[in-house]
This record gives sequence, C-alpha cells and structure tokens, in this order.
Amino acid sequence: MELTPESLYLLGGAILFALGLHALVARRHLVIKVLALNVMGSGVFMVLLALAARGGAEPDPVPHALVLTGIVVAVSATAFALALILRVKAVTGRPYLPDHDGDGPA
Amino acid sequence: MFATGLEWAAWAVAVPLVGALLAGLLPRFGPGLGLGFGVLTALAVSGAVRAVWHHGPVRGGLGGWDVPLGIALSLDGLAALMLAMTAVVGLAVSIYALGYLRGAPMRGKFWALWLWLWAAMNALFLSGDVFNLYVTLELVGLAAVALTALSGGAAALTAAMRYLLVSLLGSLAYLMGVALLYGGYGVLDLAALGAAMEPDNVSRLAAALMTVGLLMKTALFPLHVWLPPAHASAPAPVSAVLSALVVKASFYLILRLWLDVFPALTVPGFELFMGGLGAGALLWGSVLALRAARLKQVVAYSTVAQLGYLFLVFPLMAVTPGAWQAVVFFALAHGCAKATVFLAAGSLQQAAGHDRLADLGPVMRAEPMSVFAFAIAGASLVGLPLTGGFIAKWLLVEAALVGEAWGWAGLVLLGGLLAGAYVFRVLGHAFGRGPASPDHRPVPGVMGWSTLALALVSVVLGFAGAASLELLTRHGGRP
Repeated sequence: MELTPESLYLLGGAILFALGLHALVARRHLVIKVLALNVMGSGVFMVLLALAARGGAEPDPVPHALVLTGIVVAVSATAFALALILRVKAVTGRPYLPDHDGDGPA
Repeated sequence: MFATGLEWAAWAVAVPLVGALLAGLLPRFGPGLGLGFGVLTALAVSGAVRAVWHHGPVRGGLGGWDVPLGIALSLDGLAALMLAMTAVVGLAVSIYALGYLRGAPMRGKFWALWLWLWAAMNALFLSGDVFNLYVTLELVGLAAVALTALSGGAAALTAAMRYLLVSLLGSLAYLMGVALLYGGYGVLDLAALGAAMEPDNVSRLAAALMTVGLLMKTALFPLHVWLPPAHASAPAPVSAVLSALVVKASFYLILRLWLDVFPALTVPGFELFMGGLGAGALLWGSVLALRAARLKQVVAYSTVAQLGYLFLVFPLMAVTPGAWQAVVFFALAHGCAKATVFLAAGSLQQAAGHDRLADLGPVMRAEPMSVFAFAIAGASLVGLPLTGGFIAKWLLVEAALVGEAWGWAGLVLLGGLLAGAYVFRVLGHAFGRGPASPDHRPVPGVMGWSTLALALVSVVLGFAGAASLELLTRHGGRP
C-alpha cells in the first residue's frame, strides 16, 4: 500500500486515539486522565482532517467545521473536568479516584 | 393550529435553554424560573406531540437553511414519546425540587443546570444528524455530571468524576464513529446515511465504536460500574432525572441508530450478544439490589437491572420486527416508575437523615404518603396489573412468544420476580411492628404530593398502552 500524506494522517489519528485510551485506563492521576482524553480527541480531529484532504485540490469544508465545533466542546469539557478535579482534591486531599472500584458495598 | 410540528419542536429546545440562562444569571429567582419555564417547556412538548399525532412525522432545517447546510430537526412518534416522558417526569421533579431544595445551599445552581439538561435532552431527541447528536450528547453528559456533583461531598464528587471520564470516553468513541461514517458516505443526516448504508468493514467499525460509546453512557452491564455510586450519591431530584431520563437518552440514540441507520450491518450472533448482556444486567443488578444496605443503592442497582430489559430489543427484533415498540413502552413505564421511587426514597432519606435500610422502618411508618407512592411505582417495576409496567412486560412477553423465543419470555418473567423481591424487601420495613418514629423531620407537603402524582402516572400508563403504540407508528420521515 502506498503511503500518501492522507493515509499517514489517518494512521496518526488512530495511533493517537489508541495511545490516549491506553493512558486513560492505565494512569491513575486525574489530570493525566483528562490529558489522555484530549489526546484521544486530537486523534479524532486528525482523522477528520485527513478525510477533508482526500478529495484532491479543494479541501472539504464540512470536516473542518466539525473539528472547530469539536474543539469548542473539548475546551469546555476540559475546563469543567479540571475544575472538578480541583474540588475532588480539595475535599478528599488526593487527585485520584478511590481504590475500591467495582460493585458491592463500599 | 398556531404552529407547525417543527416550530413546536424548536420551542421545546429553546424554552428550557432560555430558562437555563435566566436561572444562571438570576439564581435568587431559580425556583420561580424553573417552575415557570418547566411548564412552558411541557406546553411546547404537548404541541409537538399533538402535531405528530395529527399530521405525522416532520423533518427540516432550522432558520430556512436546508438539510446539508442547516441544523436538521426530526420529529416523529419515537421522538415525541421521549419528549413527553421527559416533560412529565421533568415537571414532577421540578415541583418536588421546590420542597427538597428549600434552604439548601445548592439551590442557586440546581435550576440552571436542570433546565440546561432538559434543553439538551430535548435537542438530542429531535436532532436529525449524527454530528448534532454528538454535541447534544456532550451537553447532556456535562449537565448530568455537574448535577451529580452538586451536593459537594467526597462520595458525590468522586462519583461525578468517574461519571465524567466514562461520559467523555463514550462521546469520543461515538465521534470517531461519526468521522468514519462521514469518510465513507460524505453525509451526516440520519435518513441519508440509512439510505446509503453498505455492509462494509469501515461502516461496521463505525457502528461498533458508536454503539460501545453509547453503551458506556447507558451503563449496560458490564459497563455499569460508574452508575450506582453516581445515582445513589446525587440529590434526590437529580437521581430521579439521571435514572429515569439521562440513561434513556443514550439508549434512545442506540435504538434510533439501529432502527434507521445500521440495520444492514448486523452480523450473526450480534443480537444474541446484546441480549446476553441485557440478561447479565438483569440478573447481576437484581442480585446487588437484593444485597445493598442503603435504600438509594437498592434503587440505583434496580436501574442497572431494568436497563437490561432495554437490550432485549435486539434479540426480540430479530424474531418480531415490531418488538422495538414494546421496548420503548417499557422505557416509558420504567422512566415514570423509577423517578417516583427515587423521589420517595429522597423524602424518606430527608425525613430520617439517613437511608440505612435496616433503621428506616419507624420513619417509613411516619411517612405513609411517600411509602404509598413507592409501593405503586414498585408495583410498576415488578409488572403487577393496573400499572404501566404490567403492560410493558405483557408486550415484551407477547413479542417473545410470537417469535417463539421462549427463553427471552422466561427471562422477562424471572426479572419481574427478582424486582418483586427487592421492592418488597424495602416495603417490608414499613410493615414491621413498632411505633412510628417520633423524632423524624416531616417533609414538605409539595414533595409528598408531587411524588404521589408521578406514581399515579404509572397507573395511567397502564391504560395508555394503545395510544403510545399508535404514536410510535408515526415513524421516520424522509428529507
């Protein structure tokens, strides 16, 4: 398979998505989890930009509009998540989720 | 007629949004604004429902911009029924919250967030393209998380944090699916996507990403672990809204996608897999509801169990194509009953100052109205006659029997027995010997009456099955 710039971006987007997912699950610090979600989001945006460039000379404007909207959503979600982390840290003293994950009486 | 269905639909989104902005700017007038805009929203929704009933489904772009460029709204029977459920539960919760939040410090923030959530859910039910659905999903998620965190304690904050991470992950998986769909077909409109759908691998990957993302938000077993702490530690009106409506919003989207967009993509074994997860939810959620030590935990695990029924839609639709209507009616009956149960539990918790099941008997004997409402709604959860739950389970069993799927019919009945066990485990404490609690805090009358009114909606639903199913036949609508 020939490696065009578009497929390079597609592949890069997929890799970013997977890396972010890994960090979200594996890392415990809440700020790192939120950063991981942002990396995943960048992966999705990169896939969208690669799709926009596919058509040849004129890039497709619709994915660009989607990415812009997506960035607005991501910024607000990140701001809210960071504010919530500060509250969790202030009340529990730790920027982590508690250990007793899973079902049953805590 | 004053307005078309599409105009009513636009009002059903705009009215609560304006209310949310005003309540955010003027937190002192929150209760009045919340109640006023709640009533106006319900009026707009009733206009939309009437329009669908008389004139059938409509779709179109907002502000004169047509579908490829503009924001498409789509109003059909399924959307109208979800709007109506949200309006009925929302009104009862708004009235209940007037009493529940009296003097509470979170009062100033509750109304803006709740109206925001209401606007976002209405927009989700009405959106006609996959990207707007992503935006509304995020709005619903952020508002729901903020409401969960409202009481500010350590349990509520950590539950909200976990909910937020799951919700954002689910949205991103969904968005990746949207990107792949746009890459494959070059359109975002639901109807256009459904018409063009080809069973290739990219479409299957997109469908899988979107479905898994939405399953996380719907808290289907085994992705349900975030739900019980979030729903059990939120303030009572919020628990009611989360359990009755918010999880249904993402389920609605799963149903909408698999009805209108993805039906060409099913692979052998998919229905059985989804039904198996539903069965797992039903059994595991019921077992944990039977073991939980606190009242609100019992109710939250009951939600995990009852969500399992919703996913019987996949195996049942494989044998009886019309079975999705039975499942939608089940969602409706569960929404009304579960909201009632959470409101009654909140009253008992406020009266007692705790919700430890073992010590709740005396307070339950002192609050007969809340216990009565709990019992009616509990009967609907179990599926006893004269309630919406009975009709819902009747329709589910009928769909299973018509398709000769005996196993699924048995599962529906077994789930009813398990629900009976955990509902009567709670109610049993009310009928113990001993005096009523002398030193409990009586709850404001508005809380008891609004809970009882919502409980009676469960009874009305027992007689409204035919009308709801008739509304659901007004499905689809092409651009």
